[in-house]
Amino acid sequence: MLNSLLSQDLPRSKVLSALLLIILVGLLVTPFLFPGARSLNVGAKIAVFILLGASFDLLLGYTGIVSFAHTMFFGVGAYGIGIASTQMGPTWTAMAVGSVAAILLSTLLALLISLFSLRVRAIFFAMITLAVAAAFMTMASQLSDWTGGEDGLNFKVPEVISPAFSLSDEKFLGANLDGKLIAYYLVLSVSGGLFLLLLRIVNSPFGRVLMAIRDNDFRSEAIGYRNVTYRSLSSVLAALFATAAGILYALWLRYNGPGTTLSFDIMIDVLLIVVIGGMGTLYGAVIGSAVFNIAQGYLQDLLKLAHGNIDTLPVVGALFHPDRWLFWLGLLFVLSVYFFPFGIVGKLRTAALAKKPASLGGS
Amino acid sequence: MNAEPPLLELAGVQTHIGPYHILHGVDLVVPKGGITMLLGRNGAGKTTTLRTIMGLWQASAGEIRFEGRNIVGLETPAVARLDIAYVPENMGIFSDLTVRENLFLAARQGPLDNARLDWIFGYMPALKTFWQQPAGLLSGGQKQMLSIARAMVEPRRLLLVDEPSKGLAPTIIQNLILAFHALRDEGAAILLVEQNFNFASNVGDTVAVMDNGRVVHAGSMADLVADAALQTRLLGLSLDSHQ
Amino acid sequence: MSTTTSVAPTVEDLPAAPRDWLPVLLVPLLILAALPLVGSLPTWGTLTIAGLAMGLIIFMVASGLTLVFGLMDVMNFGHGIFVALGAFVGVSTLTGLSTWIASQSFALNLAALACAGLAAAVVAGAVGVLFERVVVRPVYGLHLKQILVTMGGMIIAEQVILALWGPEARPMMRPASLQGAFFVTDVAIEKFRLLAVCVGLTIFAGMFLLLNRTKLGLLIRAGVQDREMVEALGYRVRFLFIGVFAAGSALAGLGGTMFGLYQESVTTAIGAQMMVLIFIVIIIGGLGSVGGCFVGALLVGLTANYVGFVAPKVNLFSNILLMVMILLWRPRGLFPVAKR
Repeated sequence: MLNSLLSQDLPRSKVLSALLLIILVGLLVTPFLFPGARSLNVGAKIAVFILLGASFDLLLGYTGIVSFAHTMFFGVGAYGIGIASTQMGPTWTAMAVGSVAAILLSTLLALLISLFSLRVRAIFFAMITLAVAAAFMTMASQLSDWTGGEDGLNFKVPEVISPAFSLSDEKFLGANLDGKLIAYYLVLSVSGGLFLLLLRIVNSPFGRVLMAIRDNDFRSEAIGYRNVTYRSLSSVLAALFATAAGILYALWLRYNGPGTTLSFDIMIDVLLIVVIGGMGTLYGAVIGSAVFNIAQGYLQDLLKLAHGNIDTLPVVGALFHPDRWLFWLGLLFVLSVYFFPFGIVGKLRTAALAKKPASLGGS
Repeated sequence: MNAEPPLLELAGVQTHIGPYHILHGVDLVVPKGGITMLLGRNGAGKTTTLRTIMGLWQASAGEIRFEGRNIVGLETPAVARLDIAYVPENMGIFSDLTVRENLFLAARQGPLDNARLDWIFGYMPALKTFWQQPAGLLSGGQKQMLSIARAMVEPRRLLLVDEPSKGLAPTIIQNLILAFHALRDEGAAILLVEQNFNFASNVGDTVAVMDNGRVVHAGSMADLVADAALQTRLLGLSLDSHQ
Repeated sequence: MSTTTSVAPTVEDLPAAPRDWLPVLLVPLLILAALPLVGSLPTWGTLTIAGLAMGLIIFMVASGLTLVFGLMDVMNFGHGIFVALGAFVGVSTLTGLSTWIASQSFALNLAALACAGLAAAVVAGAVGVLFERVVVRPVYGLHLKQILVTMGGMIIAEQVILALWGPEARPMMRPASLQGAFFVTDVAIEKFRLLAVCVGLTIFAGMFLLLNRTKLGLLIRAGVQDREMVEALGYRVRFLFIGVFAAGSALAGLGGTMFGLYQESVTTAIGAQMMVLIFIVIIIGGLGSVGGCFVGALLVGLTANYVGFVAPKVNLFSNILLMVMILLWRPRGLFPVAKR
């Protein structure tokens, strides 16, 4: 049963399975085990970025397309919810309208971009998507009547998932039974469900063709697959999952601005997540997102500790300042590219294979 | 042949390009001061052999001895600096640079020697005509001339030439043969890859035939020309059908 | 001795060497077309100078990047870091020379700027050599890894800059004698921008001479077309590349200082700000072509300033539109380099 749930794409490494299980269980019990707004936030963010990272992995790891415009779709999803709520009020109907509008816009943008991409070399394409993403972010800031400009939009969400809502005044196992809790599990379940869907997609014949194109596009075209079609389809799918992540994120944060979803920093974060976790594995996004968001949330505390002791050292001391946590992650990222091209997941899987030469690596 | 040690000697050279095993142990001898033809069918490994000598692809096994010294592992510029010139199949002309600039780059020792240039122009008058024009404007045959001229611009000990006669008009081929002979008389050794046996037989002193990444025959050109049966066996067709 | 062909070819038989001037004409065309759009002659004049200044600064930064790509097939997505580094080194230098800056003497001001520019270039160039050795060299030929690794290098370098200089924006004061503008008829010409134009043109002239009149330039141009053949002629292209990478980084550093002065403020975002425009410029110009980069940079700088005045909301889009239109006309850029 687990096999079919994971679409026959098992972790293939005991350590990896254990980690994934820990992350899953950890996310599920966070409201009870680590009560408080901060841990809930980190948990929700992990879930959202698992989905966002996985969608980017579909594009980068499975199709071999480097696109820096991915955050655009993330933003479209988030703004869809935000604008709908602001304009139509925080009803489920509004959320549905916003979501549908976002999905349509993302599909259109993804098609346009992929049509263009097939005319130019990969390096060209990467640069162009960078420019397009920057332009999109500027535009979002400019259309302040709709998007709230630089400041972004603060908006309400439907009552059931808003913090004011309360199921019961009593705490349950240490957690408040309020809208926030419901929102939290909504984010987790949708994110998890869509992740499993992505697993299904990459393990389907469609997914295998994508990987064939990624590895040798000349050959795949020669065999008879129209690369154009498959790449475009993959781009659109990746965009849609990213849009979904944006929708979830907006529902959780009840806020969205250019810096929250559209900025280049977010793109870098996604890149870090997918590469450190492991490209072309999807599970990499899970590991990567957990590592990244926990680091973002808690590494700073660790650094503060270290910094307190060595801040007298000239440059090195400054690098241990909590604000410089991204330096360490960046270092990990670069080392990953050189030494673990398939990230943590890849490393764990090869280690598992090495231990079991005769049979399949088991989980 | 002379009894001097060979200028270039390949022993058991193997080359892998990615997953492909192209050269399976090439043994080849290029004597000093002569023209050695390297013949064989398409895909036999002739170009790979030249590129391996030049260091453009690294040999995975074996030795390449140039004047007694093993040059496997040397980077291409170092190989070139041993006065080994390379004339690739695609000519390697810098099309945005003028004919003059192309030759200027090839003359490592210093400014172009006018006397030497006149000597080159004798065989390749087009180069003088198009001196200041971008090399990209030259015709295919003229580009081939330019490519060889680059190897002539200074005395070299060894020339590696890859299929120079491909697609050239007969008159230009005549000039080529004269140029090669002049270079040989000057003291250079030439390793010349060819598919056209007729051209080869007019140019070469010695011949080596490759098949499937190995040298399957080596000897004097005269002997091969005289032996029609051997030609058929090695090259699939006899000299007559190459006319 | 030799046989000649029956009809010796003569120069007259040749088609005229196609020096392709059409793309260069785009620049004056744009300038002229902008006049009716802008409306007023004085404003148009100011904007044109501003556009040329910005364009030349962008050229300074982009030229290294495009040459590096053309020569070694390496796209350094972290190039913006040299801009930021140069800008910060420039700020620190000028702070140290604050008396020279405050003085009304043009000579002293110029000296201060020269010191800042030089310091920026040297530091950026040195870091460039390090960057090439450590970050870039292991990934020659692997485009995907290059993109990832150079971005990673950029993240790391940005954090180091933040560690050294802190996160606040640094103001960058223009020297006293270069503040403000002077008037030619009605047209206000900012003094600093005029200086930027002069510096930019000098650098372009220098690059042009280097590339076209020296053996080194010859090697670079040949290497961009066919690196392998240059090596087969006996030249160590590896050193050529280190040199070009370092020079490109140094120029980017100088550009960073100039841009900081142009904006009168410096943050770490200064690199990222420019990178988008830089990519647009080198795509327009054609990867590997310095001439194309020059024309592209001018077009982008001018467009940014004209549109910034006429319709500020669509500023970045207008440059993307420009890029799309040019790619529709010439899919590989204005002056594509003919590779082997």
